[in-house]
Amino acid sequence: MSALRPLPRWADVLVLPLLNLALAFIVSGLVVLGIGHNPFMAVWAIVTGAFGTGYGIGYTLYYATNFVFAGLAVAVAAHGGLFNIGGNGQAYVAGLGVILVALALQDTHWLLIAPLAILAAAVFGGFWGFVPGWLQAKRGSHVVITTIMFNFIASALMIYMLNRVLKPAGVSGPESAMIAEGARMPKLGQFFPPFNYTPVNFAIFLAIAALIGTYVLVWHTRFGYALRVMGQNPAAARYAGISNSRMIMLTMTLSGALAGMVAFNEVLGVQNRLVLDFVADAGFVGIAVALMGRNHPVGIAFAALLFGALYQGGNELQYVISGLDRTVVVIIQALVILFTGAMEGLFRPGLQRTLMLFSPQQTETAIDRSTVRSES
Amino acid sequence: MNPGVNTNAQRPATAAVAAPASGWAIELEKINKRFGAVHANKDIDLKVARGTIHGIVGENGAGKSTLMSILYGFYTADSGTIRVDGVEQAITDSRHALALGIGMVHQHFMLVDNFSVLENVVLGAEDSGLLKPSLDRARRELDRLESEYDLEVDPDAIIEDISVGQQQRVEILKALYRGAETLILDEPTGVLTPREADDLFRVLETLRAQGKTVILITHKLREIMAITDNVSVMRQGEMVATLKTAETSPEQLAELMVGRRVLLRVEKGTATPGRTLLEVDNLVVADDMGVPRVKGVSFAVRAGEIVGIAGVSGNGQSELLEAITGMREARSGGVRLNGNPIRLRGDDGAARARAAGLAHVPEDRQRMGLVTAFMEWENAILGYSTSPEYRRGMLLDIAAAKRQAAEQIARFDVRPADIMLKTALFSGGNQQKIVLAREMDRDPAVLVVGQPTRGVDIGAIEFIHNQIIAMRDAGKAILLVSVELDEIRSLADRILVMFDGVIVGEADPATATEGELGLMMAGIAGPAGETHP
Repeated sequence: MSALRPLPRWADVLVLPLLNLALAFIVSGLVVLGIGHNPFMAVWAIVTGAFGTGYGIGYTLYYATNFVFAGLAVAVAAHGGLFNIGGNGQAYVAGLGVILVALALQDTHWLLIAPLAILAAAVFGGFWGFVPGWLQAKRGSHVVITTIMFNFIASALMIYMLNRVLKPAGVSGPESAMIAEGARMPKLGQFFPPFNYTPVNFAIFLAIAALIGTYVLVWHTRFGYALRVMGQNPAAARYAGISNSRMIMLTMTLSGALAGMVAFNEVLGVQNRLVLDFVADAGFVGIAVALMGRNHPVGIAFAALLFGALYQGGNELQYVISGLDRTVVVIIQALVILFTGAMEGLFRPGLQRTLMLFSPQQTETAIDRSTVRSES
Repeated sequence: MNPGVNTNAQRPATAAVAAPASGWAIELEKINKRFGAVHANKDIDLKVARGTIHGIVGENGAGKSTLMSILYGFYTADSGTIRVDGVEQAITDSRHALALGIGMVHQHFMLVDNFSVLENVVLGAEDSGLLKPSLDRARRELDRLESEYDLEVDPDAIIEDISVGQQQRVEILKALYRGAETLILDEPTGVLTPREADDLFRVLETLRAQGKTVILITHKLREIMAITDNVSVMRQGEMVATLKTAETSPEQLAELMVGRRVLLRVEKGTATPGRTLLEVDNLVVADDMGVPRVKGVSFAVRAGEIVGIAGVSGNGQSELLEAITGMREARSGGVRLNGNPIRLRGDDGAARARAAGLAHVPEDRQRMGLVTAFMEWENAILGYSTSPEYRRGMLLDIAAAKRQAAEQIARFDVRPADIMLKTALFSGGNQQKIVLAREMDRDPAVLVVGQPTRGVDIGAIEFIHNQIIAMRDAGKAILLVSVELDEIRSLADRILVMFDGVIVGEADPATATEGELGLMMAGIAGPAGETHP
């Protein structure tokens, strides 16, 4: 084992993800080739499908909106050393909050409903994150386990709510009533014609605000400082007088609230009603987005766009090349997640060595670190 | 070239080490290693005679680690030659070094905690697909090594159940099992109690008697004087001297290391204690497993005095410190700061203790006192991030934090003076200065210090000791816990000796001898000769 210098920041946040992405696409290309199609055509179809038209861009941005919220939810928890896998459940339950507010106030204006729906999504999603946080802080149950369980509980709860409570008389499917026409939040297409007939809506501005807000919160507030201390070194947090238990509960609540914004986008922005499984596993994509984006808002914005483009471009693929359909894109997504998430360290040692060849100034500190390192 | 020649003409006379009858085990000649602008090793010559214990001293950053990394195959030298047993070698990696009979015992052990001693020794050196034959062979070999070198360890004991000293023996056995003829030990006593250190020295003497060669890297001059045959001093990448240990003195070595005269004794005036600032009343504290470690401890520290708690590590000092500073809940008893009781419940007790005027330099700076992944300035506000001076509306006043960090760095001469540098990249001594600067900066009434100079080089030790004395003279109450008896004796105005969770006696550092204190630390005798079973 030889000592390697840690990667400079630009390489960590830019070069490494791009290398991983390139590898994912190369392997995907081989798969497409194996099926008997031209991989370059497939990539072109995905790119033009996602970005070639206003329609495509609108859909890409709509998907990206969901992934930004879900990715930020994972990232905020990760900064505190917590792995929130419960984004799906938190978003799902948040949908209940959104629809309750929207239905109760559907005779008023959407400008009144939207902020209250955001609040309701935050409260419901936050609560679904708080409970696992409380269980870990007070009972020592690990959030990885409990958030997975809470996804299932959320699923069961929502099936019950949709079938038994929210379903209006005369409707056969498990879904709530539609919000009254006058109370629906307008889509961006109404103001910007190229986005006509696409679901992208005002939630995208909330997503941008959430990206900026998360950056400020994590790196410019006392809470963010305490969060990062806890995430990096819980013993130092205790030494500093930062209450780990309180921070865990707060962080999980915040994470759940962020995941809940997916419901705002979906329920109030697109569907105007609550339907079964409206989250469509955005919570899990959020994990990949956060991993690929290195838990940094800028990275998450790009990763969310990438996954949004893959979703949208993948849908278009089947119309362009017969024989290739969304399943190919699922493979590509899986490979992207595999290489950027699970195997993100694949190129790290090689990249470190390569960079050390070119800039060896700090190599000595790397040796010192590896020889006097305290983490034993 | 002439062995042991002085590479720097301005240095005081260096006794030339004559070529030994047994020959050289290791010869390094004109070793150079550059890392960009940093010239980590400049024309290093080092010859280690076979069958001797050779000490290498130098401050952190002097290039010891780099040199040993080159010898052990972590790094390749830019230029220079390495000869092992007289044969020139280009050591490519540590496996190659091992094959040449060079073994290394790292400061932080590379053991699998839940494996047995035997399994750890065999790990990576299995010689068949099935484990059983390897283990059986290893058991026989281990038996032989243990008796030959007087290194008793139970081969079936699990690593996490044995003491640190025993774990170190396993590391030595691992190296011997792989056929090491030359053993490099990096700061081996940093983690040991005085008794364990004595045991280690006996083992090293046995190794020498059996013809093995030992290279001992340390910053403790006392150890160099006690055990080595020859000693080499490094400073700023250069080998400044190689001397026969018998012909040198700690003062001379210290001066060579630092490049200026160093006071090894702390100079301090007499204490003028004022009113009581810290009171500990019948404190009972349990460890993480619920085992009581502090069993009813009471004492008081007054303004303007340093009270030292001596004891072999593991006798409840750590738990006592953690309870007083609010990091660990006490079972019963109380702590009063400046007359006010502090609530020791909950996991944010440290914040209440700080608010009451207590500053804390923890025993383990890297585990508790610092977030090593943070930049320096971020650590300068650890524990104080919520204080008003860093508040700007809802935000953290980063500019104020950076300003304060820069001031602290300047005042405590932290090097490099870079508040944006990742804290892990500072040397141990400078990391300790960062913690001290932060804790002393708030003008606390009470300063609790654990192991202030653990892993800190000699120039920084002097500085840290002087800072602690200055705090005392400024009228602060200081509680000092250290396993370095020398440190306690030279710094403290009163010594409390802790054994098995209770304070077994009090001693006056001016009159108590090391022997008396040692007996009390071992739980054998109280101050008036009374026995403590």
